[in-house]
Amino acid sequence: MEKLLRTALIVLIGFVPLSCSAPEGPSNRGVYMLLDTSGTYTAELQKARQIIAYLLTQLDSGDAFAVARIDTGSFSEKDIIAKTTFSDRPSTANQEKRAFLDKIDEFIDSTRSAAYTDISGGLLQADEYLTEHEVGHKTILIFSDMQEELPAGYNRDIKLSFDDVEVVAVNVTKLRTDNVDPREYLDRLALWRQKVEAGGGQWRVVNDLDRLGKLLSERG
Amino acid sequence: MSWSDLLGITPYPGLSLLILFLVLSLVVYFSRSSLRAGLLHAGNTLYRACRMGSVALKHAEQALQARNREVLLEQGRQAAERAVEREFERIDHTVRKELGDYPALHRQVSEAITAIEDDYQRSREVPPAPHGWTEAVAAIAQIPKAEGMVATMLESVHQSISDMEERAIDEYRKDSRERHRLLSRARPHWQELVRRLAGAETRLQRLLDRAGAIDNHMKDYAEINQGSDSAIRRLSSSSLTQFFISSFVLAIAVGGAIINFNLIARPMAEMVGGTSTIGSMQVADIAALVIIMVEISMGLFLMESLRITRLFPVISSLDDRLRIRMVWISLGILTSLALVEAGLAFMREILVQDELATAAMLRGDELAAGPPPFMWITTAAQMGMGFILPFALTFVAIPLETFIHSLRTVLGMFTVALIRVLATVLRISGALFRGMGPFLAEVCDAIAFLPLWLETRFRGLPEREEQQKKTQDDGVSGLWKNSLEQH
Repeated sequence: MEKLLRTALIVLIGFVPLSCSAPEGPSNRGVYMLLDTSGTYTAELQKARQIIAYLLTQLDSGDAFAVARIDTGSFSEKDIIAKTTFSDRPSTANQEKRAFLDKIDEFIDSTRSAAYTDISGGLLQADEYLTEHEVGHKTILIFSDMQEELPAGYNRDIKLSFDDVEVVAVNVTKLRTDNVDPREYLDRLALWRQKVEAGGGQWRVVNDLDRLGKLLSERG
Repeated sequence: MSWSDLLGITPYPGLSLLILFLVLSLVVYFSRSSLRAGLLHAGNTLYRACRMGSVALKHAEQALQARNREVLLEQGRQAAERAVEREFERIDHTVRKELGDYPALHRQVSEAITAIEDDYQRSREVPPAPHGWTEAVAAIAQIPKAEGMVATMLESVHQSISDMEERAIDEYRKDSRERHRLLSRARPHWQELVRRLAGAETRLQRLLDRAGAIDNHMKDYAEINQGSDSAIRRLSSSSLTQFFISSFVLAIAVGGAIINFNLIARPMAEMVGGTSTIGSMQVADIAALVIIMVEISMGLFLMESLRITRLFPVISSLDDRLRIRMVWISLGILTSLALVEAGLAFMREILVQDELATAAMLRGDELAAGPPPFMWITTAAQMGMGFILPFALTFVAIPLETFIHSLRTVLGMFTVALIRVLATVLRISGALFRGMGPFLAEVCDAIAFLPLWLETRFRGLPEREEQQKKTQDDGVSGLWKNSLEQH
């Protein structure tokens, strides 16, 4: 009897350090969403709100989430509309989600079209934000037609780095010229895929908003 | 070199195979005597190794069986001692509670008997019957009617005697009534006496029953002390039954603990955070598990302090004052934890409502004015479960003790069975190896049949047979004899 209890105790004591050993990396998620506000794409922002609301239901305590606009020069913290790292406490995290959506609503109501579309700058800013937050799973969502237009003097000819980052282009609408020559659309997407994969990231396109479940990959 | 390479030594695989076979036959033929001896020796060695292993396992099985027997008897002895001890405690309790008022009972019975005796004595004073009066009155009444003074005098005598008779009868009736009254007053005393005696008889019968139970336990105890086979069989069967029953109850308790865990794990994230992890487990989950484990531990201590279980001899051997104090302390901690759980269950409901409201807002659904009116039932049920489950888990101590005690016996029986199977496998393997040596030696002869046939043809059969016999005598029989002598 005593021997049995002793053995059970040893097994238990041995099990605890084993379970604590081999620390895994962080399991939280970081999501950075870029909203294109150039030209007529602002009309699509209600769809963006729908996506953000969905993302808020999927994110949990400890996850980081930021939404930024893509305008003339997007490599700036000023373009971040709302950002938060959800609190450890589930009830506080719920309040933060409500406040986050309120900020997005305010932005949608008051936004104006930008003259240019600096997607690369936005991606650089997104990567910087996600790297800074040391999250386990990094995702950048680009809500845009993926047509980059830079003002004169802006240099974005730099190699983008997307180590362990998943880049998802959402609602990539077709331009009028794409309808004339669909190769332009395909070339545009291929160019961005090449840029992302060359930077070490993974590239996906989700155009069907009924399949929002595909936006975020499974948590590891 | 692969098989296909070997078959490719000539352009024709059939020819290659034939050449290979002939080479093999020659090799076997020239190494025949040493090959045969080697095969027989190897078979014999393996047989002996298996045999030794089987014998060693048999010894181990016997030792383990003896140890199991000792353990089983010791457990049975302890259980019988506990049973006898408990019976004595019950008898002590019965004697204190039910026969403790025996002096009072004796006094009451004596008083009742005295009262009955008094009443009886008084009721014995029978009034004298007015025998003579009737005859006297009748005699005077029969005197012939006379005239004058004599008649008046007789009439007067008759009247007086009649009056005296009436008075005597009245007196007699009054005395009889008094006697009946006394006797009827004694009746409740009789009934009370009968009732008290019946009560005393019941109590004594109960004591006799207990004494009978002790007799049975003592009979078992004596059997266990003698270490009889019937006692061993009974104890083994009892251990197996207890093992399965306690496992079943423990499985139910584990179900209760899981429900308890689900009740408190979610709100626990509010207290310790929902993101920190240790290993692959969330700290909130670990905290909830720790609370449940502490509750179970408190339950164990409570049961130990109440002397219902005896997992920790230190606790049951504490002096009574300290033990009672421990009962109150563990009960206090258990109640506090139960209250904490009820609070957490309440908080869980609030969190669920908040989460539903947030999800509805994010989906853009219309927000309800408030929770549904029947929601209080769910909340109350959750709180009730949160409060009751810790106390229910307290009783896990009883099946746990039984499980631990019976586990030793069951494991012992299982190990004995395993060793027995291993020993049998080794014995069978030994027999196979023993037969395999001569068989393979014959196979070698079969492979080298062509050179052997040629040898027989050129050297003559008798010589060949003699040589074969000699080889067998030197090789096979020698080895067999050696092995048999060694065994």
